[in-house]
Amino acid sequence: MSEQRPRIAVVTFPGSNDDGDARIALEHLGAEAASVWHATTELDSDIGAVVLPGGFSYGDYLRCGALARSAPVMDAVRAFAADGGPVLGICNGFQILCEAGLLPGVLRPNRQLEFLCADVTVVVESTGTPFTSGLARGDELVIPVKHGEGNWIVDDALYVDLVERGQIVLRYAEDVNGSRERVAGVANDDGNVLGLMPHPEHAVDPLLGPTGGTPLLEGLIGAARERLAGYSLPPR
Amino acid sequence: MRFTVLIRPKAGILDPQGDAVQASLAHLGFAVTTARVGRLVDLEIAATDEVAARGEVERMCAELLANPLIESFEIVTGPT
Repeated sequence: MSEQRPRIAVVTFPGSNDDGDARIALEHLGAEAASVWHATTELDSDIGAVVLPGGFSYGDYLRCGALARSAPVMDAVRAFAADGGPVLGICNGFQILCEAGLLPGVLRPNRQLEFLCADVTVVVESTGTPFTSGLARGDELVIPVKHGEGNWIVDDALYVDLVERGQIVLRYAEDVNGSRERVAGVANDDGNVLGLMPHPEHAVDPLLGPTGGTPLLEGLIGAARERLAGYSLPPR
Repeated sequence: MRFTVLIRPKAGILDPQGDAVQASLAHLGFAVTTARVGRLVDLEIAATDEVAARGEVERMCAELLANPLIESFEIVTGPT
């Protein structure tokens, strides 16, 4: 029997623009991508993981991610995360998770005040999340970034706490946007929610460049498969 | 000298950001019927003549801080 293709929800907000690539990358890596509209209030019971993709939800009005945090679908995403479900926020998805209080910190405009679009190297800092469990600490991944507001900040006390708890998951090998201690990706306390500025969904096919996104998305898909295996699914 | 400038979308000008904020607040359960989103700019100016400095700020608003076609501005606090 071939291995099951776990269903992973990719949420589309008004202004999301990497939802298509996220679905293609997930399908490419062996998952079934399910498109979920922001006005949806419930996630199907056979969803094994959720991706909040990149883009400019609600035109970045007020603050990046600030309006998306109160979109109808976010109550379902909060409940899914609270139940231990794996949630990956990429770029604008990371900004949304921070505004929603699911991840610590906030993303401010890049220190150089310029939009940044480049392939960057990130270093794995913590393997205590499903997204990085197949990697080793110190592993380097090349993944593109493209953002104007990726400068992640938290206060000193919280930063120390996050390091101690292993919630700092990825760092840029070199400073790219002024982000505190070169942080590129942060997890919640339980490790099932990860936000990162680099775009793993753009880095899964060697034809198109680096493939550093593959292990992170494979980690997500593995976690989705594991979650679904633990449930007896009602027929769809 | 310090000045604070408030910049608002003019009445009748479509403010999609304000509309989106209003919709989100309503979704959160707040009985907000209108939201308009503008900007606030704090300025520190090396000047001693209050009248001249205020004139400078008005020119800054007209030339850069606000677009007079769609935005109004208000200098809310005088020099301190």
